Amino acid sequence: MDLSGAEKIVIAGAGQAAAQAAQSLRQGGYAGELIIVGEEPALPYQRPPLSKAYMKGEMDEERLYFKPAAWYQDNKIEVLLGTTATRIDRAARQLHLQHGAVLDYDALILATGSRPRALPCKGADLANVHDLRTLADVERIRPQMVSGRRIVIIGAGYIGLEAAAVARTMGLDVTVLEMAPRVLARVTSPVMSEFFTTEHTAKGVKILTNTALSHLEGQDGAVSAAVLADGSSLPADLILAGIGILPNEELAKDAGIACSNGILTDRDGRTSDPHVFAAGDCASRPLVHYGRAGRLESVHNAIEQGKLVAAAILGAPRPAEDCPWFWSDQYDLKLQIAGLSTGYDTIALRGDPGERKFAAFYLRNGTLIAVDAVNSPPEFLASKKMIMTGARIAPEMLSDTSISMKEIAAKAAA
Amino acid sequence: MAKITYVSHDGTERTVEAKNGESVMEAAIKNSIPGIDADCGGACACATCHVYVDDAFMDKVGTQEEMEKSMLDFAENVKANSRLSCQIKISDALDGLRVTTPESQH
Ligand SMILES: Cc1cc2nc3c(=O)[nH]c(=O)nc-3n(C[C@H](O)[C@H](O)[C@H](O)COP(=O)(O)OP(=O)(O)OC[C@H]3O[C@@H](n4cnc5c(N)ncnc54)[C@H](O)[C@@H]3O)c2cc1C
Ligand code: FES
Repeated sequence: MDLSGAEKIVIAGAGQAAAQAAQSLRQGGYAGELIIVGEEPALPYQRPPLSKAYMKGEMDEERLYFKPAAWYQDNKIEVLLGTTATRIDRAARQLHLQHGAVLDYDALILATGSRPRALPCKGADLANVHDLRTLADVERIRPQMVSGRRIVIIGAGYIGLEAAAVARTMGLDVTVLEMAPRVLARVTSPVMSEFFTTEHTAKGVKILTNTALSHLEGQDGAVSAAVLADGSSLPADLILAGIGILPNEELAKDAGIACSNGILTDRDGRTSDPHVFAAGDCASRPLVHYGRAGRLESVHNAIEQGKLVAAAILGAPRPAEDCPWFWSDQYDLKLQIAGLSTGYDTIALRGDPGERKFAAFYLRNGTLIAVDAVNSPPEFLASKKMIMTGARIAPEMLSDTSISMKEIAAKAAA
Repeated sequence: MAKITYVSHDGTERTVEAKNGESVMEAAIKNSIPGIDADCGGACACATCHVYVDDAFMDKVGTQEEMEKSMLDFAENVKANSRLSCQIKISDALDGLRVTTPESQH
C-alpha cells in the first residue's frame, strides 16, 4: 500500500519510538499533519537514566527530554499530553481519545511501549511499593532513597540491578530477591551472572536467588516487610518491583490487529492493517539476523523501528538494520551487549573478570551471535559488525588477547 | 554560556548558544544540528556522537577518559582531533568552539 500521499499521521504513545518516528518523518520531508498522543504528562524523554544517573540525582530533568518544546512547535508537531488513546476505528481510520475526542488518520503509528508486570501478590498496593518505568515513578521513589533505609528489590534483571547499584551507592541497605537460580538468568549466561553477583555482593548488596516472594506486609498502610515463600520475613522501608514488562498491545488487539506477545509487524513496521504501524517495546518484528520474530526492549530497537516506520510511510528506501544492542551501567561498570545470545552452543571469554574488563562471546555452529562486553568497547563495537555479517570465528582466536579486536574483525571479514 | 559552531561535512555552518554544563552533543540535539545521532543519549555507549574538534580548541575541551578513548578507537574515520561530543562539557572556556560532524555516524 502506498501511503506516500499521507496527509494525516497520528502517533499513539509519546516515548522513544514516537519521538524518533516524528523526527524521521519530518526529516524525510513529510509536510502534512503530525500529531503525537501521549498519556504521560511529559514530553518524550529517555528512560535509561531513570535507573541510573537521574535516579541518583546526578542529572537534571531537562536533560531527559529528547527535544525541547520549541522543537515540536518549529516542526509543526502537535503533542497532546496527558491524553490516552482508547480505541482504533479501523474502518473509519480514526483514533479515539479519552474524553471523546477523535483523530482522523491516513497512517497510525502505535508506539505505546510497555508497562511493568504488576507484583501478583497481597500487599502490592501498599504505600512505598514502586515500579520503575516513568519519570513519575522516580519522583515517588527518590525522596525515599535515604541512607540507612532498607530497600527490597524484587527481580534481578537489568533494571533491578541498576537500581540496586544506585541505592547501595546512596547508602541504603539493599536486598535483591530473585526466583531463578541466578541473576540476569533470562538475558545472559552463567559467567555474566556470576560476575554481577560478585560485584554487587562486594558492594554490600544482599542477593537472594532461588527465592520467591510470598507477599508484602504493611503497617499503617505502608509496606513494612517482604515475606518469602519459606515464611521468613525481610523488614523493608520500600520495595521496588522489576519483574519484567508487558507490551501495551491492547489498542491493536481490540481492533483486531494481529498480536502475539506484541503487535506483529513486518520488516517495515507495518501491522496486519496496512494503515497501522507499530514501533518500539510494543511491537514484535522479524529479527533479520536471527531468523525469527521477537520483541526487543531497548533504545536501539525503538530508534531503529521509528526510522523504519517513517521510511515505510514515506515510501523511502528501508534504512539499514543494525544488529540489536543494549547497554547497562552499574557502579563504574559499563556493560555493552550486541546481538541476542539465545541458542548459543559455545562461549569464548576474553580478558579477565577479576580485572573488571572482559567480554563473553556467544557462538552457534561457529558463527558469532552475541557479545556481553564489560568495560570493553572494542569487543562490543567489533562484534556488532561481525554479528551482522554472520562472521565465523574460532573461539580460541576471540579469547587470544594478543590478537587485537581490529585484527580479528579484519580476519573475520576476509 | 558559549557559542558553538557545528560545521557539517559539506561545510554548512550552524552556530548555537549553549549552556554551561550541558554537553556539545546535547546542545546539538536541542538545536536540531544534523550529523549527530547520539543514540544512547550521552551514556558513552554508542559512539554515534563523533565529532572533529577544531585544532585551536583541542587543549580546552579536556582529555578523554579511558572509555571514550576505547570507543573512538573503534569508530570509523577517526582522526587525531576526534571526540565523542557527549563527553565534552560546555563552559565559558569553550566560547567560539568549532566542531565538524563526520559524513555518517556508522
Ligand atoms: C528504568 C529503565 C531503564 C532502561 N535502561 C535501558 C538501557 O540502559 N539501555 C537500553 O537500550 N534500554 C533501556 N531501557 C529500555 C528503553 O527505555 C525502552 O526500550 C524504550 O523506552 C522503548 O521505547 P518506546 O517508545 O517503545 O516506549 P516508551 O519509551 O515506554 O514510550 C511509550 C509511551 O507511550 C505511552 N502510552 C502507552 N499507551 C498509551 C495510550 N493508549 N495512549 C497514549 N499514550 C500511551 C506511555 O505512557 C509511554 O509514555 C530502559 C527502560 C527503563 C524503564
Ligand atoms: S551519545 Fe552515545 S556515545 Fe555519545
